Amino acid sequence: MFGFLLKRFGLLIPTFLGVTLAAFSFVRILPGDPVLLMAGERGVTPERHAQLLEQFGFDRPLYVQYFDYLFSALRGDLGQSLVTKRPVWDEFFTLFPATFELSICAIIFALVIGLPIGMLAAIKRGTWFDQSLMGAALVGYSMPIFWWGLLLIILFSGTLGWTPVSGRISLLYYFPNVTGLMLVDSLLSGQKGAFASAVSHLILPTIVLGTIPLAVIARQTRSAMLEVLNEDYVRTARAKGLSAKRVIGVHALRNAMIPVITTIGLQVGVLMAGAILTETIFSWPGIGKWLIDSISRRDYPSVQGGLLMIAVIIMFVNLVVDLLYGLINPRIRHKG
Amino acid sequence: MALLEIENLSVAFATSGGTFRAVDKLSLSVQSNDILAIVGESGSGKSVAMMAVMGLLPWTAKVTADKLNFNGIDLLNLNARMRKKVIGKDIAMIFQEPMSSLNPCFTVGFQLAEALRVHLGMNRAERRKRSIELLELVGIPAPEKRLSAFPHQLSGGMSQRVMIAMAISCNPKLLIADEPTTALDVTIQAQILDLLVSLQSETDMGLVLITHDMGVVAETADRVVVQYAGQKAEEQPVKKLFAEPHHPYTSALLAALPERATSQILPSIPGVVPGQFDRPKGCLFSPRCAYATDLCRTVEPKRAEAALGHALCHYPLVDGEPTKNQKVS
Repeated sequence: MFGFLLKRFGLLIPTFLGVTLAAFSFVRILPGDPVLLMAGERGVTPERHAQLLEQFGFDRPLYVQYFDYLFSALRGDLGQSLVTKRPVWDEFFTLFPATFELSICAIIFALVIGLPIGMLAAIKRGTWFDQSLMGAALVGYSMPIFWWGLLLIILFSGTLGWTPVSGRISLLYYFPNVTGLMLVDSLLSGQKGAFASAVSHLILPTIVLGTIPLAVIARQTRSAMLEVLNEDYVRTARAKGLSAKRVIGVHALRNAMIPVITTIGLQVGVLMAGAILTETIFSWPGIGKWLIDSISRRDYPSVQGGLLMIAVIIMFVNLVVDLLYGLINPRIRHKG
Repeated sequence: MALLEIENLSVAFATSGGTFRAVDKLSLSVQSNDILAIVGESGSGKSVAMMAVMGLLPWTAKVTADKLNFNGIDLLNLNARMRKKVIGKDIAMIFQEPMSSLNPCFTVGFQLAEALRVHLGMNRAERRKRSIELLELVGIPAPEKRLSAFPHQLSGGMSQRVMIAMAISCNPKLLIADEPTTALDVTIQAQILDLLVSLQSETDMGLVLITHDMGVVAETADRVVVQYAGQKAEEQPVKKLFAEPHHPYTSALLAALPERATSQILPSIPGVVPGQFDRPKGCLFSPRCAYATDLCRTVEPKRAEAALGHALCHYPLVDGEPTKNQKVS
């Protein structure tokens, strides 16, 4: 197990370097520069432009800028936003809890619905039940997030008026920010109706963000389950006289979870990408929306820092998933 | 009353190309304290017949029988709840591939204890004690340590021993061993067979041994059923079968044993067992039979009397020579 851990940690180094390089070059490939965009329609004289670029350090050769960014990042310094002049680190962690809350809800939603759907479809393979579920999953997977979000808003917020259109909580409530998680803070505040309001604001974004992971998890669970159900050890379990519930829920599921867990880890990346769109549609004040704003302002440090943080989070989650994988699959654990 | 009574058991699979009859009117019985060997080539429906007894066939299989009784219980019309009380407790089965028959995600101890809890309602301490006892019984050294081992840490022979321990955990009345030694090394094969036979004689259980190895049959079985293309070709006590096979197929199988070979070249049976699409008319063995006549190729044979090993043949062999089956009109 220790060797497995060591190897797994070793893999993070090249990934980290690749991510910094990608984040660094990505914003610079975009046309326009922060100075031009800040100046806006007023325009800027070439002298002033050069002066400002020098002030921000953007006149230096790219590799110098890159290593400056890399070594600062390693020290935990992501620089200052060009727009707000606040440290990128602070900006990120002010907004991150909102994205975190939304992502957690979305992945729970995807798991709670996706896993049973996949299992049921596998058990009833080939029936209309299976086919309609898998058809629905394919539609869910193919649905563009922004369009799906708009459809839901039109139906549930517009026509039916059941859920709010945007934001994290109704303006009626105000309470101190303790954890940054609206569900927790609203409960802590003890204000009547605050929690219900937070929940109602979360429902639609959760569904929108969770739909693709749900579809992927359902399909993956189904195919993993189908494969496992044909295995000899499932026959052994049945030959022992165990109940169908136990054969499927214990013997088959444990093995089927191995590929599914990997899929769930990969979905975290999808969640982060989806969060950017979802947050924009629902005016959800998280890092997705912040990142979009930073990109349109060519706020180099914010984009670089934000992308890097997201990547680090995804890397961390995948690391946890891999460890979990070792935990559930004894063959991996013992290989070391 | 016989422990296991099967009369005219047929198993048909619905496939995209029509129905495929894997087992065709098979009849046999097993007494307690009896070792019955079912012999046949791959694809002769040996395993399928026993899976039908266990209720392990997939839903595409259609099982019919005049009688499928275990210890007086009708297995054919048993509801799922009652079946669970019999399967795994009174009838147990071990399989061909021990390595893949154990669940890779659970420890040996967990898998052993499962049946003990479900069928015997033992508590944790009792289960542990019994598990260690069982592993000792099947000859696994350091059983306490093995309880926490995962299947991938065991060799094939070890895995089969664990499978056997699992199968006999609830003192079954009948143990079905489906080619238990096929996937194992020759030296281990003998050990596993010895283990099965000694367990059988100690516990008074019936043992059905499915195999395609005539050597295994000679060493272990009391009685032999020779199966061909889903049908019972012949049934005899083991000594008589080896002394005088009555069905040409049995005779050909025995002739193919290396220790019986008389010439430099080992005799073999030409052709393969017929499948779904090349099922011959008349006797199913006729295309491969050295004695086949036009009658064999057109008319299905009737079963000969017990003295002729119930041979399903128009011309059962007597002293190695085909004779007219009296039952054919």
